[in-house]
Amino acid sequence: MKEKHVPGKRYGMIIDLDKCTGCGTCTIACAAENNVSVRSDESDKERSITWMELFKITNGKEFPHTEVCYFPRPCMHCEEDGRGHHQPSCVSVCVATATKLDHNTGIVSQVYTRCIGCRYCQAACPYKARYFNWWDAYFPKGKGLERYLSPEVSPRMRGVVEKCTFCHHRLMRAKNLAYAEERRELEEDEYITACAEACPAQAITFGDLNNPKHRVSQLIKSPYAFRLLERLNTKPKVYYLSNKDWVRKLADNYLPGEFEKIMKLSG
Amino acid sequence: MKNPANSSEKSSKGGWMSFLKGLIPGNNDSTFVPPFSLSGWIFLLAGLIPALIVGWLIYPMALYSKQPQPMNFNHVLHLDPDVGGIEGDTETEQCLYCHEFRDDGSFVGIPRLAKCTECHDDPESPLGETLEEKDFLEKYVADEKEIPWLSYYRQPDCVYFSHIAHVRMGEMECRTCHGDHHKTENLPTYRANILTGYSINIWGKNIAGYKFNTWDRMKMDDCAECHTKKGHEENNACFVCHK
Repeated sequence: MKEKHVPGKRYGMIIDLDKCTGCGTCTIACAAENNVSVRSDESDKERSITWMELFKITNGKEFPHTEVCYFPRPCMHCEEDGRGHHQPSCVSVCVATATKLDHNTGIVSQVYTRCIGCRYCQAACPYKARYFNWWDAYFPKGKGLERYLSPEVSPRMRGVVEKCTFCHHRLMRAKNLAYAEERRELEEDEYITACAEACPAQAITFGDLNNPKHRVSQLIKSPYAFRLLERLNTKPKVYYLSNKDWVRKLADNYLPGEFEKIMKLSG
Repeated sequence: MKNPANSSEKSSKGGWMSFLKGLIPGNNDSTFVPPFSLSGWIFLLAGLIPALIVGWLIYPMALYSKQPQPMNFNHVLHLDPDVGGIEGDTETEQCLYCHEFRDDGSFVGIPRLAKCTECHDDPESPLGETLEEKDFLEKYVADEKEIPWLSYYRQPDCVYFSHIAHVRMGEMECRTCHGDHHKTENLPTYRANILTGYSINIWGKNIAGYKFNTWDRMKMDDCAECHTKKGHEENNACFVCHK
């Protein structure tokens, strides 16, 4: 079985929640990298855009036993829609073919010029990883924000959906460099996302899940590795690591008593 | 009219056919009245012909702006082996001498002034005898001012294109997409669509959409057509060319 030729790559990510301090650097790095525009009122979370969103969860216990965990959530780049089709649920509902799962990289693309803004994908995504542009991109004048804009990422217009792309332009940049050096294969650290690079706690590991030499494909074998809402069977390529039982339990949104039955955990 | 017995069919089809027949003058079918008399034809053509002229000739001309380049550039003169300066064994290598790749694999496109001044370094002593060179030395080299070239092949913002993937890895020739630009003595007039702002080289020179050479148009279908022809269907994935 090991000799089996693996076609293409499956880029994925693992986030160590026990290392995550909830500082939010990944969110900022992501927004700066991907030309995510700012709202005049960023506290309006129903309208603001954060490709890498940071959630805070608690175990819900009284003071001496209270525990807190932070959940950074990028696009999961799912491989299936939960009903056995080899495309994520956002892709199967897209009426404009604006979003596709690329089977050579495992990255779910989003073409803004093709999107018609029907927001079906937003409704279909179980992770709420997709965001709608209610306004044209806005960068306050005179604050120097426009100088940070990256020409490698296309800005979004009003009326389209956007989401995390695993910093796809970084993959293209790394490929260009490899071609300049007459290589076709990328090294592990040549292509990593902006959030993985920025994380001060180094909680985020990015790499090719199909390559057994990559750190990410070793880490996902850990018994403490899990995915968000795994029982929906969407096969996300973003994994999480946590030693805490209650975190893993919350990640799948179990009802009281349900978790023990399914997992048959002792203690 | 294969089945004359079927009367309802006949009336519908027959009506249509006789209408067409009526368009041909002098066709005297006794059962129908020609919808157009001679004066009708004159009025039809008097309207149709100007409309076609406007649609196929005047509108395409009005749709595209004409902007001259800031100065002329003679590709033939620069590539002339007697003049020298441009090195390279193959045509592609000669192109890459000025339109080069950076160390990180990105493509410079139209070279900046620094590339020109590698040879034209002294504004006081021109290398050739042309007036254009003198003009160039006075205007740009002496003041160290970049030439505001107009790019014929600027793709829309949502498009990603890697030259190195095509030229070095795909071993494609420059002319496949850019035509015989290196054989021109004068730069063509830059023409941009006044509505979209995109160059005519992207949008296609022919408004009817016909394409005679691979370099006539640079739209998405043209990229996909070549990928498919060369057996690289995987490169038709959205994120290969979109960003």
